[in-house]
Amino acid sequence: MSTPTWKNPIIKWVDHRLPVFTFLDHSIITYPTPRNLNYWWNFGSLAGMILVIMIATGIVLAMNYTGHTSMAFDSVERIMRDVNYGWLIRYLHMNGGSMFFIVVYIHLFRGMYYGSYKNPRELLWIIGVMIFLAMMATAFLGYVLPWGQMSFWGATVITNLFSVIPFFGEAIVQWLWGGFSVDNPTLNKFFSLHYLLPFVIFGLVFVHLWALHTHKSGNPLGVEVKGDQDEIPFHPYYTAKDSFGVGVFLIVYLGFVFFAPNFFGEPDNYIEANPLVTPPHIVPEWYFLPYYAILRAVPDNFIDVWGILPVIIPAKTAGVIGMFASILLLMVLPWLDTSKVRSARFRPTYFWLFWIFVIDTIILGFMGAKPAEGNFLLIGRIATAYYFLHLVVFMPLLGKFEKTKPLPDSISAAVTAGGSDAKEGS
Amino acid sequence: MADTASTAESTEKDSHDESHDDSKRDFLLNSTIAVGAAGTVLAVWPFIDSMNPSKDVLALASTELDISSVEVGQSITAIWRGKPVFIRRRTAKEIAAAKAVNLADLKDPEADKDRVKKDQWLILVGICTHLGCIPSGQKSGDVKGDFNGWFCPCHGSHYDTSGRIRKGPAPKNLQVPPYKFIDDTNILIG
Amino acid sequence: MFKKVIILAAFVVAFSSSVNVGSVRAAGGAEINSQDWTTNGLFGFFDRKQLKRGFQVYSEICASCHSVRLLFYRNLEEIGFSPEEVKKIAAEAEVAAGPNEDGDTHDDGELIVRPGKPFDRIVSPYPNEFAARAANAGALPPDLTLMTKARLNGPNYVHALLTGYKDAPSGFKLSEGMNYNPYFSGSQIAMGAPLSDDGVEYADGTKATVGQMAKDVTAFLIWSAEPELEERKRMGIKVMLFLFVFTALLYAVKRQVWAKLH
Repeated sequence: MSTPTWKNPIIKWVDHRLPVFTFLDHSIITYPTPRNLNYWWNFGSLAGMILVIMIATGIVLAMNYTGHTSMAFDSVERIMRDVNYGWLIRYLHMNGGSMFFIVVYIHLFRGMYYGSYKNPRELLWIIGVMIFLAMMATAFLGYVLPWGQMSFWGATVITNLFSVIPFFGEAIVQWLWGGFSVDNPTLNKFFSLHYLLPFVIFGLVFVHLWALHTHKSGNPLGVEVKGDQDEIPFHPYYTAKDSFGVGVFLIVYLGFVFFAPNFFGEPDNYIEANPLVTPPHIVPEWYFLPYYAILRAVPDNFIDVWGILPVIIPAKTAGVIGMFASILLLMVLPWLDTSKVRSARFRPTYFWLFWIFVIDTIILGFMGAKPAEGNFLLIGRIATAYYFLHLVVFMPLLGKFEKTKPLPDSISAAVTAGGSDAKEGS
Repeated sequence: MADTASTAESTEKDSHDESHDDSKRDFLLNSTIAVGAAGTVLAVWPFIDSMNPSKDVLALASTELDISSVEVGQSITAIWRGKPVFIRRRTAKEIAAAKAVNLADLKDPEADKDRVKKDQWLILVGICTHLGCIPSGQKSGDVKGDFNGWFCPCHGSHYDTSGRIRKGPAPKNLQVPPYKFIDDTNILIG
Repeated sequence: MFKKVIILAAFVVAFSSSVNVGSVRAAGGAEINSQDWTTNGLFGFFDRKQLKRGFQVYSEICASCHSVRLLFYRNLEEIGFSPEEVKKIAAEAEVAAGPNEDGDTHDDGELIVRPGKPFDRIVSPYPNEFAARAANAGALPPDLTLMTKARLNGPNYVHALLTGYKDAPSGFKLSEGMNYNPYFSGSQIAMGAPLSDDGVEYADGTKATVGQMAKDVTAFLIWSAEPELEERKRMGIKVMLFLFVFTALLYAVKRQVWAKLH
């Protein structure tokens, strides 16, 4: 990696003192990238772009939002009705949240399919999971701000989860609320934190990229880059490819914004919060539904059914533990997966297990939206059990017993062999 | 969209490096960059415009006022765009005093007839042109200054019965807001 | 490769149906028929004559109990009333004048009031929730501004509810003071059938049948919930056209750039 020579005297002057242009050149221009990345590799930069859109729209919304229980709902409606293009900016923000999760879920599943989290990229993956956690917190806090019925009852249900913490639970919940129920102090602090967290995410993204650029991108084959013939500069190849991805993404995103802006929303959130009336079906936003299903999957008589737990854990506690474990387990995925081979392309059994896992999480999502009773609950329980089975049992065992396909010698060897990889890359 | 901008910039540099590029490629690239740049500019507008006065603010941009109850010699204060507006129904003496002034003596020369639409009605933005205090003189007991108009207590500016600056640090006459008489007893300010 | 496309397609289908968990059945259990609203579809628009009729139905019938508190009188200009007409409509209402030097009440404690102005909110029938409940035997007539957004399949639901009053089937236990309506949650509703033929006399001469009034007032409520709808869809068409062209160009550029690689 050579330092570029800058012709423009101003750029040269600045770069000598603060090598920001050299840095940019190394990270997005000459940055050597495997030549065989497919379109699943677009979703990282897409997520970064959505983060920027969310921060931009969010800052403008905050200029007109009032973080007080008596005015929050009306101030959002004022944005929708009276502020110039307020409806556009609000719908961009609202649907941007859903798009962010779609893109990040695809990004995450791509990492799982291609084993992107394996040595030496474990920290890269862990930071990614941390970004995901921060996103979930931000989305939850943001959903409370319009102060509709779902905002209020979502906040009530989620904050109550912390009451399961032994000894300190009640005190922690009161501390979160700043009172004895979800009320103005809660709303006000949620607004503050909702404004803060995106910048934390921004910082985490920077670290994520730092880790990425240390060992460079993985690739669909999962074999290490062997030399220059395996790599191409990021620009113009991947700038062109990513830009095309952005175009396709914007068509989907703005399609929702302009033609079905409330598709991902809940009608109940257009009713102002009322602490005396709970809506008949409280459901979280769609992106939380799988976790919500896990939360509710644990049987009330957990101990009786299983009869094995040494300590008394009420169902509520077990459900909460299950929910948090389902996310935190992802952090140790690099060690749960014992296979030496990265890409699912060369792991015939893992290929199917991966897709079953994807379908399992979708089923969990369905069940999270249904009332927790009868067959829905049963399916939810089976899907929850499978979720953990996959991560804790199948992943470690598979690495020991799976017969993997032979890996190609190098990326360029696979490309010149004229495999499907070459086509995908071009 | 931020992506597009950076692509544009770096592509330019790139095309210098690789002079063998054919013109067809440059044309496609340049038009794509132009379309992208145009789109980005258009996309930025809603964000800028959202900071302009909103519809509810604009709805209050003009104030309609019934002035039939104001007696001769009385003043009322209305609120217009968050600012006080002085409305004084002047006596014949006050009108005469305002008209009698020699324009050459004024710091900010303006004839009384240019400051009113009807002699009886003087309508002013009640903010001292010096540093933004509210002058006194609206109520009968108030200090009205040396020229029987208004007196700003902050730094001692004296205004006359046409709201013109006569003495003190203020540089300008009290501002006359845009207004019109809808009929004899109703005015529309703004 | 082909296998992957199928899996992806399955994923997309499963995903999109997982987020759309709504059913076409109302909370009360009866099936809701879809109406042909002018606001539907990519080119949805407001029929302003219809909205004016709908406003007439709202103000002559619904407004005796239901508020539209997020609307201002000035908003009525958007559905085709002239500024003078809006002033006249606003002036018929009394609004609190707000504090003057003496406070916001007269000496006897009565609120100081003035005629409404275009910049005022459309006056609600009741000053607060308690007054509303007291006047309606404990039931609260909900605010209608966002009604079509605040219910699943909102426009069709509102229309179905308004036209859905029937005699209770034999064996159905109707509570005291309630009315049978299969579209409402629990099939009984405190509100009596609000619409009857010729309940209003339309200014434009349209025959005021129950069906006509239900459609008109629902159209008015669609507008009150989403006044930006028309502008949004028009802008959306332009943005989509732009994006199709731009994305096609980006694809061409990408193809050209990658062609060099071989």
